[in-house]
Amino acid sequence: MTPNAVMDVLQVTVLVLVAAGATLVVRTRDRVRLVLVLSAYGMLLAICFFTFQAPDVALSELTVGAIALPLILLLAIAKVRKPE
Amino acid sequence: MTPRQRLCLFAVAAAGLAACYLWAFAGLPGFGSYPGPYGPAIMSRVIAQTNATGAVSAINFEYRGFDTVGEEFILFTAAAGMSVVLRRLRGEHEEGAREGQSSAPGAAASRQVPATSSSVRVVSLLLVGPTAVIGWWLATHAQANPSGGFQGGVILATAFFLIYLSGEFLAFRRLSPVALLDVAEAVGAGGFVAVGVTALGMSLPYLYNYLPLGTIPGAVSSSGTIALISFLVGIEVAAAFVLIIGELLDQSLLRREGSS
Amino acid sequence: MQVFPFLVVAWIVIVGLYGVITSRDLIHQIVCLIVVQSSTYVLLLGVGYVTGGVAPYLFDISPHAKAVDPVVQALALTDVVVEAAVTALLLSLAIQAHKRFGTLDPHELVELRG
Repeated sequence: MTPNAVMDVLQVTVLVLVAAGATLVVRTRDRVRLVLVLSAYGMLLAICFFTFQAPDVALSELTVGAIALPLILLLAIAKVRKPE
Repeated sequence: MTPRQRLCLFAVAAAGLAACYLWAFAGLPGFGSYPGPYGPAIMSRVIAQTNATGAVSAINFEYRGFDTVGEEFILFTAAAGMSVVLRRLRGEHEEGAREGQSSAPGAAASRQVPATSSSVRVVSLLLVGPTAVIGWWLATHAQANPSGGFQGGVILATAFFLIYLSGEFLAFRRLSPVALLDVAEAVGAGGFVAVGVTALGMSLPYLYNYLPLGTIPGAVSSSGTIALISFLVGIEVAAAFVLIIGELLDQSLLRREGSS
Repeated sequence: MQVFPFLVVAWIVIVGLYGVITSRDLIHQIVCLIVVQSSTYVLLLGVGYVTGGVAPYLFDISPHAKAVDPVVQALALTDVVVEAAVTALLLSLAIQAHKRFGTLDPHELVELRG
């Protein structure tokens, strides 16, 4: 296969995974599970940006969307949790 | 309005939105056939004009530096806004604690807080050093690689988060006092604007690249103000993120000090 | 392949908006807003992509090689980092709503309507 065709297949696969990941994030209702699914979605997005030849954006999305944002979310969830 | 009615209204609106989207995308040139003049124009001129090999960072801090100042101040305002919003919360909570409600530190001392497992502590502490070095490297090499102030700053903040994750919350607090973080954030944000205003003082356009451009494209000492601005942005982003996490953690501090 | 990424973008926007509207939890609503915003990154990068192009870093390619558009990458880059801080601000507002009203259910936060 030509390099362009390989790239096409890769991009289509990752885009389908991104769409499925977005649906999963929206359908998850439990809060702690939501944090982990969001982190996985961030990693999927980073891979998607890599296949779009954008390593800078992929690096940003990986550090922010998969690490910093879930941590901030987890701390906020801990703050509104009812004390047992 | 009941949820069913809301859903029906959303279905109608979503159909309209989808129709408009498809109409707009039909006018796009198609995926992969970007026709615009800006990409090739910048790529052919960036080394001649700025001696930077990282075109994306050159755009961020030089060609479109004006937009980046605005974005950086969004970050700055969000961190400051969090301090404002949550500070009042702390006052209310402390009132409740004095009246002996269920979330008083005394009750918190008797709560069972599970200790952090040893493997998490060891791995987190081992990773703090390399993470800080990588963040620093990314923030200072914006002109060469796919790196830049924003990513480097977030990774630097992650080094601080790792200290918290390894269970040493009080060490995290001692290593990142709010006063120092405020100063660091202000230096980062104000420094960026100061670099631009200095250009004004030299009767050049705002944010003009007036520092020496260096000889080797992509070396650390090349590309003038791009390297300096990226470094300042890295400091500001790291300070903003550590401030944000610190604000959210102060609630646990109230409980932890009773128990540890 | 000509329009597939843009269809994915439209799908993500609609799914995210569906999550915002049918959510019973402010935290879940904020996460759905994050999903909607992530669709704009995919759209930006999809608009700037050139078939057969490489990443726009001139370390080892000539300035006239076929590269993807660096301008949209610069826009998406700053967006990603700033989004996290704005989300943190939104979360602090949600925390304050919880402290004030005791609930995070948007259907029960009627006092906010003035």
